Amino acid sequence: MNTKGATTSSAGGTDGASDSSSAAKRNSKKPKYSRFTQQELPACKPILTPGWVITTFIFVGVIFIPIGLASLFASERVVEIVYRYDEGCIPTNYSDQKLAYIQNSTTNKTCTRSLIVPKQMKRPVYVYYQLDNFYQNHRRYVKSRSDKQLRSRASESDTSTCDPEGTTPDNSPIVPCGLIAWSLFNDTYGFLVNNKTLKVSKRNIAWKSDQEHKFGSDVYPKNFQSGGLIGGAKLNASIPLSEQADLIVWMRTAAFPTFRKLYGKIEKDLEANENVTVVIQNNYNTYSFGGKKKLVLSTTSWIGGKNDFLGVAYLTVGGLCLFLAISFILVYVVKPRPLGDPSFLSWNRNPSGV
Amino acid sequence: MTSGEPLLSSSSRASNLSSVVHPPPLTLNIGSFNCLCPNASFSSSVFDDAQHNFFDLNDEDFVSVRDSSFCKRSLERSASLVTTKEFHSADSQFFQQFLLECPVQERKRMVSWGGAMELHNSSATFEISGASTRVQEKLNKSQRSHRKSHQFEDNLLHEENARLIYISDPKRTNDKYEFTGNEIRTSKYTLITFLPKNLFIQFHRVAYLYFLAIAALNQLPPLAVFGRTVSLFPLLFVLCVTAVKDGYEDWRRHRSDRKENNREALVLHSGQFQLKKWKKIQAGEVVKICADEAIPCDMVLLGTSDPSGIAYIQTMNLDGESNLKTRYARQETTSAVLEGDSILGLIRCEQPNRNIYEFTANMEFKGQKISLSQSNIILRGCQLKNTEWVIGVVVYAGQETKAMLNSAESPSKRSRLEGYMNRETLWLSIFLLGMCLVVAIGMGLWLERHKDQLDTLAYYRKIYFTNGRDNGKTYKYYGIAMETFFSFLSSIIVFQIMIPISLYITMELVRLGQSYFMIGDKHMYDSSTDSRFQCRSLNINEDLGQIRYVFSDKTGTLTENKMEFQRASVYGKSYGSSVLMADPLQESNIAEATAAAVGGRKWKLKSEIAVDSELMSLLHRDLVGDERIAAHEFFLTLAACNTVIPILTHSPSSCCTESQRHEDVEAIDYQGESPDEQALVSAASAYGYTLFERTSGHIVIDVNGEKQRFDVLGLHEFDSVRKRMSVVIRYPDNAVKVLVKGADTSMFSILAKDIERDDHTRHATQAHLTEYSSQGLRTLVVAARDLTDAELEEWQCKYEDASTSLTDRSLKLRQTAALIECNLNLLGATGIEDKLQVGVPETIESLRQAGIKVWVLTGDKQETAISIGLSCKLLTADMQQIIINGNSEDECRNLLADAKAKYGVKSLNCRNQNLEWKKNDEIDYLEIPADKKPSNLPQWHAGKDEGMMSPSLALIIDGNSLVYILEKDLESELFNLATSCRVVLCCRVAPLQKAGIVDLIKCRTDDMTLAIGDGANDVSMIQMADVGVGICGQEGRQAVMASDFAMGQFRFLERLLLVHGHWNYQRVGYLVLYNFYRNAVFVLMLFWYILCTAFSATSALTDWSSVFYSVIYTSVPTIVVGILDKDLSHKTLIQYPKLYGAGYRHESYNMQLFWMTMIDTLWQSLVLFYIPLYTYKESSIDIWSMGSLWTIAVVVLVNIHLAMDIQRWVLITHIAVWGSIIITCACMVVLDSIPIFPNYWTIYHLAKSPTYWLTILLIIIVALLPRFLIKVIHQIFWPSDIQIAREADILRKRPDYLGLKPDRGSS
Repeated sequence: MNTKGATTSSAGGTDGASDSSSAAKRNSKKPKYSRFTQQELPACKPILTPGWVITTFIFVGVIFIPIGLASLFASERVVEIVYRYDEGCIPTNYSDQKLAYIQNSTTNKTCTRSLIVPKQMKRPVYVYYQLDNFYQNHRRYVKSRSDKQLRSRASESDTSTCDPEGTTPDNSPIVPCGLIAWSLFNDTYGFLVNNKTLKVSKRNIAWKSDQEHKFGSDVYPKNFQSGGLIGGAKLNASIPLSEQADLIVWMRTAAFPTFRKLYGKIEKDLEANENVTVVIQNNYNTYSFGGKKKLVLSTTSWIGGKNDFLGVAYLTVGGLCLFLAISFILVYVVKPRPLGDPSFLSWNRNPSGV
Repeated sequence: MTSGEPLLSSSSRASNLSSVVHPPPLTLNIGSFNCLCPNASFSSSVFDDAQHNFFDLNDEDFVSVRDSSFCKRSLERSASLVTTKEFHSADSQFFQQFLLECPVQERKRMVSWGGAMELHNSSATFEISGASTRVQEKLNKSQRSHRKSHQFEDNLLHEENARLIYISDPKRTNDKYEFTGNEIRTSKYTLITFLPKNLFIQFHRVAYLYFLAIAALNQLPPLAVFGRTVSLFPLLFVLCVTAVKDGYEDWRRHRSDRKENNREALVLHSGQFQLKKWKKIQAGEVVKICADEAIPCDMVLLGTSDPSGIAYIQTMNLDGESNLKTRYARQETTSAVLEGDSILGLIRCEQPNRNIYEFTANMEFKGQKISLSQSNIILRGCQLKNTEWVIGVVVYAGQETKAMLNSAESPSKRSRLEGYMNRETLWLSIFLLGMCLVVAIGMGLWLERHKDQLDTLAYYRKIYFTNGRDNGKTYKYYGIAMETFFSFLSSIIVFQIMIPISLYITMELVRLGQSYFMIGDKHMYDSSTDSRFQCRSLNINEDLGQIRYVFSDKTGTLTENKMEFQRASVYGKSYGSSVLMADPLQESNIAEATAAAVGGRKWKLKSEIAVDSELMSLLHRDLVGDERIAAHEFFLTLAACNTVIPILTHSPSSCCTESQRHEDVEAIDYQGESPDEQALVSAASAYGYTLFERTSGHIVIDVNGEKQRFDVLGLHEFDSVRKRMSVVIRYPDNAVKVLVKGADTSMFSILAKDIERDDHTRHATQAHLTEYSSQGLRTLVVAARDLTDAELEEWQCKYEDASTSLTDRSLKLRQTAALIECNLNLLGATGIEDKLQVGVPETIESLRQAGIKVWVLTGDKQETAISIGLSCKLLTADMQQIIINGNSEDECRNLLADAKAKYGVKSLNCRNQNLEWKKNDEIDYLEIPADKKPSNLPQWHAGKDEGMMSPSLALIIDGNSLVYILEKDLESELFNLATSCRVVLCCRVAPLQKAGIVDLIKCRTDDMTLAIGDGANDVSMIQMADVGVGICGQEGRQAVMASDFAMGQFRFLERLLLVHGHWNYQRVGYLVLYNFYRNAVFVLMLFWYILCTAFSATSALTDWSSVFYSVIYTSVPTIVVGILDKDLSHKTLIQYPKLYGAGYRHESYNMQLFWMTMIDTLWQSLVLFYIPLYTYKESSIDIWSMGSLWTIAVVVLVNIHLAMDIQRWVLITHIAVWGSIIITCACMVVLDSIPIFPNYWTIYHLAKSPTYWLTILLIIIVALLPRFLIKVIHQIFWPSDIQIAREADILRKRPDYLGLKPDRGSS
């Protein structure tokens, strides 16, 4: 290559010399040569040598198995209590008319249950509510909000994206507007351990960034839940939106139809076999679409909540890679193919062919 | 096509004029011909030419109206036209083929009518017009330049249609008519029209319309999936990029226009020539042009510095021919100009048209009417040479000049791969519609199921429940059916990138980059002509990697078209063989001897020619003896019997060895229309017979240092019927001789037969001719004879008459020529070598190894073609040659059948028949006697039939057989035979037949064809083939203008196909598949998610991320890889030509790969969706976090996927791939930092969570694992050739590759 290039360029040089005028040389259309234009830039050209294939598999296996073990272990350490109450909290006399029960504002919605803590739960213990079959990711729903309005008082009347919960009949804006806010979850939970109330803290349950920048501290609820149909919780009109932690949590719409939302934190350890009494105000209507409601108490770990999936997946993939590594070692031992051997070229293998 | 208009206008002109002069029948016929030819727009320029010629002929007939038989004849002629048109319209699809057959049909028909000779003549004109513009020009010149009667033209030009030019009176000229000024505009836009016009042009593309439709759909309130501005972004982006590109190109055109328009020329203004800008020049003005200046507009010559009114122009820019052409000013005006008179007159000329070989006008000057023709006009774009000055009057200016009217672009081609791509795009659209249907039906079912709950659902509201006026009204709800439909449309919007529209733009950019590297390749730079590779078409780069058939022209393509005088047979003795063998020492000896011999001469040729010392010494004997005289006359003929113009240039420097001898050495450059003639004249000069000066009346030849003046009494130019040329000259001693040179077939029949001594010479010469032609030389026979006074007188009388005749001039001239071209004394023969280009045999060999079939299509005769075939290793000695040259349909059929059955067993018989026929028909220019076949002609082995499919089969077929074969149903037979042969040589094929052969292959196979040629006669073939390659050679630029790629040498074809073609194909093939994958994996991911959102077409990704995905996040690496990736080094590709086979076997892009890719895509999309789903099952993850995870994951995934397949990592690739991932993250960060977006701060939260990163890692590994596994397994157990060659390439070159391998996919 190099020698060839040299001869070409020297030939070019003599051409120029024979022309004996530098103008001719300058006008020459001869391409300017560089390693770039000749596509000869220094490059690494990876090929799948047996060594690299095996190394890759072993490497993946070696990385994945510890990660898998670690996350499984972390997941095992998480203690989680899940209690479904949407069915159970309907009084027996209403069991056939759940919808009527929930829509009737006069019925007593209080429901007391007791839960046994299976293992010690170190604080903070997170309290979640879990809804099933609730399409918070429905397009009509997700879009029905006004971030401008939430952010500052000045754009209070910016409710164009909030229909059908944008304005009151007299055209004054609803704050916060939109279907999402309108359907704010309004069950409440109280916890008693040994007849002592456990304080459920609402501090830091919402993202700090949301509280500080997305929900204005000068925006107060207005005309909220004043329409013909009450969707959910009402808001205290004297508290600015940035302090309405439940609303902020709710407004981060969930990705999947089954989701949990943080209700609060219990800043106290729960001992194993402790009996926790839960007082549930069962207000929220999921009965109309058959959605389940669950109360979840859970500790947390570096991996998040209780979920074995990551651990199992990592272990499986890691194991598979190690297995593949071994198989390829065997393959290379049993049936090696010399790399780059021209005798393996198709026309060398069967010379009679085309 | 643009030529549609001229065609129509010319025919309307014809009917107009016929209505003036003619009996009605012709009008009628021409009219019906127009009707019968409804798709006039098809017409190629060739057809156009044929048309013009038709009118040419009629022109002449019009004048001879008195001929009582005229009516009938013209009727017949037009009838024949009508019938051919019928044939054409019935079969318009194969119009090329029709054109190809047309001349012959025409001829047959006319001959069968038993018409007069002139009918035959007319058909010959027809044939030539299609064949070669050069010949046509010659014809025009001869037919038109001396026309004196103006009856016809007057009629024409009195029409309203005529354009009136008042000489020196531009005001009056431009007063009545709105002629354009001389300002030219090649730019498309102005500042004002740019925006609307550019948009209009851009929206001609389907892709942009698709974008527009999607964006428009998105503006409808119920469908607003994306934000309104967001959805317009991709379209605007693409429009802006293209507009900027177009704008830049147009600016450059503006700039060059401005430069052109602001050039200055001398214009006559109130009696004086003053400088004036080109753009201000108007029709009617008189312009003076000095030597070497460019001509600013189309002008009629009024006078030149030469008293006889001759001007020489170079038409390089117009038709690419480098030789000088002569133009004449009319004698009447010339003398007036020279006397200093002001010229006032009126020119009537035809309306502007694009035929550069045609001009019809007349001039009223001093009460006379003077006819003007093509030889009186000089055209814009030409250059004045060798003439001190000319004065002319502007007739066409600016946009109306013929040069501007001719600057049409050649039709664009589409790449084969793009065709396949469209097929797969169709599949993708089916997927798209399928997915949309699933979503729509799901939506419908869901709504149906929840019908009763819809009012109270927390997340779905269809009614206003406010207590005001809106109460009870529905909110964005139009019933289940409509909602289903809307859901369908909105899912189309969401899934729009499933159709990879951006791919078309990506491909354009990639091809642009590839072209950049092809152009810049130093191995394809030709230093001898200083031409680099040119990509004239940007659409078919990848087709270069899939070529199966190469159709090559011979002259100028395989050979250099630099004719070199090699052998001479003088008086039965052959010379020149020693030169062939000569070693350098000997040669220098000879050169010295030559120098000494011609010591007296004061000029040198531009090219040195080695001379034969023996012949040289013969020439220096005294002028006695038959042999000596024959040699003298032989070289005199070579020097005199031609149309070459010697150009004397004073060369400032001279060779050091000779400088002491002569200070004022003049260099002579010979300019001629045929390279053969140039070679002969140069050779004569080398032997001491230097043609020094040529005017129409005399020539000056320097015979061994002594200048002799010969009067030229007459010249019979070469024509295809006589196949010879003769010149009648008067020697200084008043002897008159006719000197003739011509093709052997046409010459031997007119030699004097009675002289005994000639017999020996004749046989010897014939033997020599056979020998020469078997060496691949082009042969000519030279003869001469004395003319007696009586003969001379008779001839002169007839010649006068014929050359001034207006009717049937060429026929009369031919008859005149026959008077003197008889009883000639044979002087000898010449052998001119058409040298093979450098590297041709090697290139052909490696192309053949690459599995490419090389067919040579040449206009040369069979023997020459075979010998060239042998010398360029196309044919090898062990090949069995099948020769097909029948002269009737049946014969061809039999030949084909025989060949197919037995492969050559009977061919000997047939060949003999053919030879007889050939003798009768005398079609060839350089024919050798039938009984003297070259020894290396086919030897058949009757028994060896079984080798039928063996590669050692060569088919040689000639043009006449092709006429019968391509016309009839034998086509398939030929195809079968030809494709089973390893080599096909077609000789004596007309230009359109070349296209016909290409078409034969194109129609009957899926294989890609490439045509390569250098001359105007290759244009049709180049345009017909999938890929057309032009050689920038001696024969001008038409081939280059029509081609897709142009280069300097045939040997570059190897590199173009094997290296660049391979690379481009691999790159584009991968690029297309990857783009399908990249978009589909994204869309599928969205699709799975939509199934989880009650079919509501929610996208978890933010609008901006969705839009940026294919525009910003992932586009750059694909482009970079498409331009820079290469699997094998060029050395390896050249070393193993068979690697090219991957291209035409469609190994990089085929249905199977597409489906494999789609399955992989499906898997990857499932992994992308389900791993996060399970990881974040029953968690508090919000939709924007999920979207953010998916965005990052999918971008990283597709980039790592690409990284896994990249074969060559250069710095730019690293930057592109990893940079894309970084840019994606940066965009996410920016988007998540804007508080008004609901996704505010998401990424910051996520980045803190280890689960997020673990999920992405898991996705990447799991998604790519199967692909990696299959790749590894495939490479271990079924390594492809490319793979092995690549390993060999890399392992051999750099044993330390291990250290350089990038980490792929594992982190």
